[in-house]
This record gives sequence, C-alpha cells and structure tokens, in this order.
Amino acid sequence: MIPAMFEYHRPADVKSAVSLLQEHGDEARVLAGGHSLIPMMKLRMAAVEHLVDIQDIEELRESKVSGDTVHIGAMVTQHELINNASLAKAAPLIREASLQIADPQVRYVGTIGGNVANGDPANDMPGLMQCLDATYALSGPSGERTVKAREFYESAFMTACEDDEILTSIAFPATTAGFAYEKQKRKIGDYATAAAAVLITMGGKTCTAASIAMTNLSDTPVWSEAAGAALVGTNCGDADIAAAVAAALNDTDPTEDSRGPVEFKRHVAGVIVRRAIERALSRA
Amino acid sequence: MSKMHLKLKVNGEEKELLAEPRELLIHVLRERLDITGPHIGCETSHCGACTLEMNGKSVKSCTVFAAQANGAEITTIEGLAEPGTMNVLQNAFREHHGLQCGFCTPGMITRAHRLLQEIPNPTEEEVRHGMAGNLCRCTGYQNIVKSILAAASEMNAAKEAAE
Amino acid sequence: MNDLTPTSEERSAKLKGLGHSRKRVEDARFTQGKGNYVDDIKLPGMLFGDFVRSPYAHARVKSINVEAALALPGVIAVLTAKDLEPLNLHWMPTLAGDKQMVLADGKVLFQGQEVAFVIAEDRYINADAIDLVEVEYEELPVITDPFKAMEPDAVVLREDLAGQTTGAHGERRHHNHIFLWESGDKEATEDVINSADVVAEEMVYYHRTHPCPLETCGSVASMDKVNGKLTVWGTFQAPHVVRTVASLLSGIEEHNIRIVSPDIGGGFGNKVGVYPGYVCSIVASIVTGKPVKWVEDRMDNLMATAFARDYWMKGKISATKDGKITGLQCHVTADHGAFDACADPTKFPAGFMNICTGSYDIPVAYLGVDGVYTNKAPGGVAYRCSFRVTEAAYFIERMIEVLAIELGMDAAELRAKNFIRKDQFPYQSALGWEYDSGDYHTAWTKALNAVGYKDLRKEQSERVAAFNRGETRSLLGIGLCHFTEIVGAGPVKNCDILGMGMFDSCEIRIHPTGSAIARLGTISQGQGHATTFAQILASEIGLPADSITIEEGDTDTAPYGLGTYGSRSTPVAGAAAAMAGRKIRAKAQMIAAYLLEVHDNDVEWDIDRFAVKGAPEKFKTMAEIAYASYNQAVPGVEPGLEAVSYYDPPNMTYPFGAYVCVMEIDVDTGVHEIRQFYALDDCGTRINPMIIEGQVHGGLTEALAIAMGQEIAYDEIGNVKTGTLMDFFIPTAWETPHYTTDFTETPSPHHPIGAKGVGESPNVGGVPAFSNAVHDAFRAFGLRHAHMPHDQWRIWKIANDLGMHG
Repeated sequence: MIPAMFEYHRPADVKSAVSLLQEHGDEARVLAGGHSLIPMMKLRMAAVEHLVDIQDIEELRESKVSGDTVHIGAMVTQHELINNASLAKAAPLIREASLQIADPQVRYVGTIGGNVANGDPANDMPGLMQCLDATYALSGPSGERTVKAREFYESAFMTACEDDEILTSIAFPATTAGFAYEKQKRKIGDYATAAAAVLITMGGKTCTAASIAMTNLSDTPVWSEAAGAALVGTNCGDADIAAAVAAALNDTDPTEDSRGPVEFKRHVAGVIVRRAIERALSRA
Repeated sequence: MSKMHLKLKVNGEEKELLAEPRELLIHVLRERLDITGPHIGCETSHCGACTLEMNGKSVKSCTVFAAQANGAEITTIEGLAEPGTMNVLQNAFREHHGLQCGFCTPGMITRAHRLLQEIPNPTEEEVRHGMAGNLCRCTGYQNIVKSILAAASEMNAAKEAAE
Repeated sequence: MNDLTPTSEERSAKLKGLGHSRKRVEDARFTQGKGNYVDDIKLPGMLFGDFVRSPYAHARVKSINVEAALALPGVIAVLTAKDLEPLNLHWMPTLAGDKQMVLADGKVLFQGQEVAFVIAEDRYINADAIDLVEVEYEELPVITDPFKAMEPDAVVLREDLAGQTTGAHGERRHHNHIFLWESGDKEATEDVINSADVVAEEMVYYHRTHPCPLETCGSVASMDKVNGKLTVWGTFQAPHVVRTVASLLSGIEEHNIRIVSPDIGGGFGNKVGVYPGYVCSIVASIVTGKPVKWVEDRMDNLMATAFARDYWMKGKISATKDGKITGLQCHVTADHGAFDACADPTKFPAGFMNICTGSYDIPVAYLGVDGVYTNKAPGGVAYRCSFRVTEAAYFIERMIEVLAIELGMDAAELRAKNFIRKDQFPYQSALGWEYDSGDYHTAWTKALNAVGYKDLRKEQSERVAAFNRGETRSLLGIGLCHFTEIVGAGPVKNCDILGMGMFDSCEIRIHPTGSAIARLGTISQGQGHATTFAQILASEIGLPADSITIEEGDTDTAPYGLGTYGSRSTPVAGAAAAMAGRKIRAKAQMIAAYLLEVHDNDVEWDIDRFAVKGAPEKFKTMAEIAYASYNQAVPGVEPGLEAVSYYDPPNMTYPFGAYVCVMEIDVDTGVHEIRQFYALDDCGTRINPMIIEGQVHGGLTEALAIAMGQEIAYDEIGNVKTGTLMDFFIPTAWETPHYTTDFTETPSPHHPIGAKGVGESPNVGGVPAFSNAVHDAFRAFGLRHAHMPHDQWRIWKIANDLGMHG
C-alpha cells in the first residue's frame, strides 16, 4: 500500500493555505490528522496532486469556552478533546463521544476539523455537532463564512465546504443538558453500526428541549428534528420515547455493509437511540 | 517530483535526509535509518505494530508521511532504554510472558510506555482501553495487561522510594 | 560431602528443565526491537518485487502490456507467465498434489491472483509501475458456492484439467470436483442410523477464515552467480521442505540452496505453503543477479495467501433413547478455491478430519469429503490446528449439542455418558485412529466443578423465566466443549509432505566447557522453542538450559526436518531432542565410568552427573565429562560429545481438554459479553507451564475471533469483502476476556518424555466452546443450529428468526 506522488505544502497561516487551495483547485486536499485521507491515498482510492498540511497553523489549535459558547479550532485532536477539563464541563457529550472514536493512537492525531469536514457519514463528530447545533467557520478566498452543521452535509463525502475553503473552527453553545453518546460497533477501531447523540433538558418534569442525531445510518449524519420534537413538552414517558425513536428511525436510511443488512441496522438504531435517550434523561 | 530535505530527531539523534514527501514515516525509519524495531502489520492504522512516539504522542507511523514528520522528535523501541539494556516495561514483558512471536512487541511496549506516562497507576480496564490500538495475534493480551500493570507498580514503588 | 554440596532439588532447579516456568531467552531481543524478521533483511543492491493482481475472480487474460511500466525509471523487469514458461515455472506443484499458477496463464481464477511480477529499485517505484501495467480481461461467470460449482452446467473453472477424470486423490466425478475421500464403514453406519432410536441431523458450516499472523508473508532471494549458490530468507514454517521444492523446481542442486527462516512474526499455518511470491522472488534474483525482496501487504495476504476452513459438514448422529451414541455419519463439501493447495500430509486430502468422532466412544462411523473448486483463493491451511482437526472438533461438538436437544438431555451429561473411558486406552476409533492416552471423565468433572456448572444452569433457567416475564433482554449461554486433538504428524509410514516423511530431527554438540548447541528441523514462530527445547535437553543431559543454545531455521546448519505446524514440534522434534540427549548420555556414561575407573554398568545417572552406584560421593558431572571427552583418550570411545537423532514417532499424540464459556447476549443488539472462560488442557507432560498458559490464552483469542466474527467473505462476483483489518475481525485487548486456565496431566505412553503438544488445542476447543455458548443461550427458545461467525447481526438474526423482537 504505497501512495502515488504528490506535492507537499505546509502553509503557516490560513491565508496561505487558502491560496494554495485556490491555486490547485480540486487537485489539492487539506491534510489534518490524515487517518482518513492517508489510508485512501495508500490504497490509491484518493488521487491527490497537492497535499496542504495545516499542522503549522497555530490558530487552528486553539479552543476556548467564552461565556455560553464553546470554540474549538479545527486542528484540536480527539485526545485533547478528551483531556480538556473546561470542555468536559461545558460539553461533556464531546468527551463521552471522543472516547468511543477509533483507538488511542488515532485519537492523538485525529482532529475534530478533519472528522467533521471529511463528510464521511461513518464519522462520529458530524452527528455530534448536529446534535449540539454547532456552526462551522469556513475560510475561503473571499473571507470567512459560517455554515450550520445541520446544513453542512449534502451526501457521502459531499459537503458545503468548497474546494478552496478550509474549515477553521467550530462553535456551539455550552450545554448543561442531560447527554449521551451511545455507539454500537464491532470492535475498537470500527465505525458505528449505529450511534446516537442525545441532549435533553428538563424543566421540572417536562422536557423543554431535546436534540437527537445519529451516525452512520444514512449517507449523511442525521439530525432528527422530529425525534426531538416528539419529546419536547412531554414528561418523556415510555410512549413519548417510543414516539421519538420512531421519528428518528423515520429519518434514517441505512445501507447494508459488512456490519449487517438494513433490517438489522434499523433495529439496532432504534435500540441505540432509545438507550441514548434514557441515559441522557437519567442525567437531565 | 522533487525530494525534500527532512530533519528528524530520532531517539535523541539528529537525522537529516532527502526523501519524497509521500514516503511513509515507517519506511523512512526502517529502510533509510535502519531502525527496524517498529514493524509493518496492516498498513491501514489498525494493528499498531508501527507505533512510535512522535512529539510526545503515540503514533502509527504507517499513516504518517515523512513530510508531516519533518522537524519532529521521534522515539522508537530502540530509544526506550540504553542499547543492550531493558527498562522496567521491557523487563516486565519478559517476566510475565507478555510476548510470543515478538512482532507486535516493539509497538506494544512503546505504546505502553506513553500510557504509563499519562496514567501512572492504571486499572486493568484503563490498560485494556489504552492498549486497544495495538493488536497481538499470539498472547490473547492477558499477559500483556499483566506485564503493564506489573511495570506500573514497579515504577510507582520506585518513585515512592525516591521521594 | 559437606554442607556446601547442593541438594538434589537445588541441582535440579539449576537446570531449569522440564516443568520449570523458565523465562524466555527470545525476549531480550524482541523487547528491544532487535528481532530479525524477513522485512528487516537488507542486502546491498537489493531490488523489490511485487505483483499486479487480478481485480476479477474469474476472467480470461486477453493481453498484458508492460511497456509503460518498463519505461518508468527504476523498473528493472516485469515478469509474466510467458517469461516463466520456458523455465517451466509458470505453474508450480501444490502440497496437495494439484498445481497452481505462479502467474496468470491465460486466465485468472480468484480475486487477487498474481498476474505479473514487477521488479524495481524500491517499493515506491514498484507501486507506481504496477499501476502502469495494462491488463485486458474478459470477465467470466463466477462461482463462489461449492454446491453451485458441482451443478452439471456449472462453468468449467480449471480448463487445464479438461478430460482428467482422475486427480491426485482418485476419481473426479465433475469438472469442478477435486476428490472424494472416505473413511470408515459407510453401509454399517447407515444401517445403524436407519434403525436407531434417535437421530439428530444437521448441516454445520465452518466458514472460511484466515490465519492472518501480524507479519505477512515475504522472502528475500539472493542468487550468488559467482558461487552458484542461492540463499532465500523467508517466512517459512518448513524451511527444509522449501529447499527440496526449490531444488526440484529450479534444477539447482540442493546443496547449492540455503533456506533461512529468520524470526517469524506468527505463522498459524499461513507460512506452511509455497506461494507465487517466493517463486517469483527467486526467479527474479536468478534473472537479475541481484537480491530481490518480496513482502506482501495485508490485503494481498488476506485476499491471496492461504485461507482456512470453508467446510460444509452435513452430519447424522444416532443414539439410544437414554443417550448412548450408536453411530456417526459426516459428509463434507470442502471449498478449496481455485487450486487445491491444502497443506495436508499427502495421503490425507482432508487432513485428519476423520478424528471427527471426537472424545466419544462411537462404535461405527463414516466420513466422506468432496473437495471442490470455486473462484476463491487457494489454501486450506491448518490455522492453528492440526490438519482439519478444528473442523472435526467443531462438527462433533455441535452434533453432540444437537443430539442433546433431540434427546432433551443436558449436554454435559450426554458427553460424560459417551466419553471413551480411561481403561479403553489405547483406543481404536471407528475411523481408524489409535488414541494414545486420556482421562476424559476426570477432566470433565474437574471443569464442571470449577465453573459451578449446576449453579450456572440454575441461573440460566431463572434468566429464561425472567426474560419470558419481560424483566430482562439479556440471555445467558453456557458453552461446553470437550475436544480431542490429534497432533504430532507423524509416523513416516502414514504421513509425508511431497514424499518427505514427517519425522523430525535434533543434533547436539556439547562444548568442552560444559555448554551446548542444539539444532532442530523445526522453526519457532513465537512458541519459544529456544526456551523449551533447551529445557527438554537440560533434563536429559544435565546441563543447565541456560547453557544450551537452540538454533533452527537455517538449512545449511540444521538437520533435515519437516518444520513447525500441526503442533508437531514438541511431539516430534521434542522427542528427537530427548532421544539425541539420551545418545549423549549413553556416551557420557562410558566416559564417566572410565574416569571413575569402574565398569559402565556400575555408574548411574543422577540429575546432572554419573555417580558410582552405592557411592554417590564418587561422580563426574556432565560438565566434567564434556571436558574429558575433548581432552582424554578414552579407549574405544571417539573423542567429542555429539549426537543426532531423527525421530519417527510410532503414533500421533492426542491432547485433550475441557472448556466452558459463560456468555451474556443482548437479544436486541446481538452484542455479547464473555463473563467467564475456563480452559482445562491436558497436553501430557508439561515442559514449561508459563509458555503453555500463554499458548492457551493466544489460541483462545484466535478462537474467539473465529467464532464471533472473523471471516473471509465474498460477494456473488467473487470480491473479497474482508480485505483489511477494519472488516477482518481481530479482537483488541478490549474485546478479549480474561481466561482461567487449568490442567490435568496424562502423559503420552509412546513419547520419550510423555509430552503431547498444546499450541493448537485452545483454537480447536475454543471455537466450539464460544459457538456453543451462543447456541446454548437460545436453546430454551428453540434454536438448534446457526452458522458461524456469530457476529452481532447474525446473533441478532437468531433472535429475530425466533420471534424474540416482538
């Protein structure tokens, strides 16, 4: 497994990175942690003429919690997400999910930006970001723009990010809601057979807000507005949860792979969503 | 396409060489620098046989381009102890039969070394989770886990004695 | 004698001989990253070779254009079948009496098949050149199902065999048929089954999988044109056999070929076969005059280089109403892939599948195995198993469970009722084997008591009741297995590979100062031979194991042997070591007697010395005798102290074990959790308990992988769906449970030290234990049998098919 040749670039700032992307168009790819892209290049399934390694861009490594908003630079690794105490407080869901991604070595280099920008429906972070209602900041030739995570994903590996844009950071509201990231996989290092991110806020005995997103159950991450809506205003009783699960499943469109056929995945998705809701509720 | 000038610090020694950017770090080490401790097992970052330490992180060097590693500080199994000697972890693997064919061992020990830096007194569960990026086909892990836990207690005892 | 004289116990302990958990001598280099594996070998001017492989499972090769590849700077040559044909190396013989294409000759028969061999200055140029080789294919219909392969109008796979109605193992009754191999009494078995009180019938599939050692296969060939000597370093589990084959194929005289197996990163059967990569690296070195390295990548390994199992086993087992087994019938449809490259002794095209009567006293039995070609990779290697013993053990242990259901009986009780009794050994099985020794009832009782079997069954029935009341969605499975292995191939009269009898060998030289070197015909792949063979010798010759160097794997220095697989190293080479040690001792006795000025018969062996009978204070230690053998003229005795033994075992050995797996299963997701695993092994005399335990842990984990998810799966057009370690299941430390090991010790009566071998037992016994746990969890809900691997969706499907999802 030997990759084809490419030209290597290591820009020191976002502006230079963007101009490289602009110059080389679809022949260029941004390299973050590389653990999705490099295997594809080694299998020669991804043709890349120009590789733009953004590891030297310091500003992409910053993360901070300011007021009610969490900002995370694109190059912050999953290992850092797990070990960042203020983040664990502001959004414990991130830590719980990050611990379930890949394996320790991959988490040292795997970045949040790479995970969300790649557009792989099997990645965990996109669903998580949709659950958190995150906003992605994209830098391109004409400056910076933002796109909601819930509007970012078009189809498998197709996103709102243009060829000459870089996803630089992610922002989402800090949350004290009950949370859960529930993931079924075959083993450590595997993608999800089904996974669900859930945030639930209870006002007394009534659910005041709920957000439910799923991983690897369609060609994009799935944020199920209907599933959340099914819980809001209820006391999250058994029938309410069942309604939310049904609504969530209605928004999925899994495909068969070596993890199993569609029927199985749909069933497991229902179980996983239910468990995620129940666990989030127990923490709400 | 042109080769690039690479500077690496490997096991404490400065190394400079010309390499194609696409060359994988594992190949640079094994083929150009004759550091053959890290091995190639799966090539898709699943097995961890190529694990080394890069800038203080455990990294699978089959999935790192040489170009990305330019300027990095790298420690491999060969750099964990003075040549010809064994450190606490290496001894513990021998003492508790934590290896058989030896192919996964350099990656396994290098990873365990970092794990114990971060979690000096791990539980069995933490060891199993922290070592889950390294596959072994021979041992069934039981004695690997035992070796790491034993090394941790020995290191902790030594630390306490020193204090 | 004085107080400083060491006691017998102290002298014995110093030897670190049999029974001592000696630390491994291999570990110092491995833990320091100083192992020397094939890919670590680097020779001046070395070139790299790699394959253009077929993307199709069945296609005609219309043309191969290598021009663009050759034009790439750094590319030395591209070999195709046309280039190998004048050397008659475009095809090669397989270990199973078939032949296999080295490079595609007119057509390809499986995905990943070797089509052309590119030789270049480095791996990177090589990979670029592979992309530039243009191959034009014409796709042909693909068969991945052995039953479809045998349909009358199935496409002809092996056109080279057109018109051949006889193969290496008898009649071929169809163009995709390889052989029918039979054992036992067919008619008598049918009669018994037809008139039995109870008959259980089941199709048991043992799916295709792969040994997948962490190190893939590879070789470095170096043809020294000045001296006419060819040296090949490679991942060879049987280096001497490779030398003989290489000589026969290349025409180079055998003395001019040196085969070296350096450190091997796990074998598990994968490295027994001879692969096109080895042949091409040798040819490439002869052609270019430079060393050529070939190392496959993981996808190549999983796709093309050997597979294991793929047996469809249809069985019938009969019994009396009260559960006494009366007969067993088994018909196997064996999917061998495109070429029959099974690594079995010549006379056993289905290996030792006829050990399928297992641990049970079954009066009459019949086995028939049909080998069939399909568009899958060739192989059929013994993946941590002695030639199809895993298939046999899985079959009988599933049939027992199905019979228990049929009888409404507890499966543990059914086993105990039918075990071969201790007093029946040596036992003649209905399918022709002579079991050497065993004490199954003792082992079984010990195992059941250790896990608290009765309490487990009670807990299980309470769980079933709770499930039925809707209080839990988790089931409890108790997986039982009692297996009997047959290892240590084997008597030369029965067993050979390519005509080479399956003996093994050991040569010992004692140095003047009382240390020694011993060389054997085997090769360790992680089993720790350098540690354990020295222990056998230490006990035999009375020198400390720490003073004995063990060498294997270099055919220029090691005596001829058949290598390491099928758990044969301890039973055969271990015996050779003991016998060579005894020859040393016999000579040492004469020297000692001379030195002590007594008659030969007046000295006796005592741990590390010969002492005068009745006068133990008069003695010569082995170290003293060694020195004397080099510096004293002993009348009638040659100088020096060396011995060699070629050991032809009189019989195989029959290790056995009792395993219990306790498993929790989530009915809704198919996720399992192993709560407890107890493994009792009886491998006869125990040489190094630490190493035995390590072997058991490792074998159980491979069994766990196979039973719970590991497979080589194909789609309908022959694409391999499990080509990387993402989809080919190898458990991590996280998925692997904690094991409890235990033992009984029933020595082999015919082995010099009573040892039987253990490396493969845990895989052989582990798979049925894990699988039976899954089945057992669902027994109360009506499950009879469900095929492995029991990955999450297949477990879920069991529950779903039983209507457990509401």
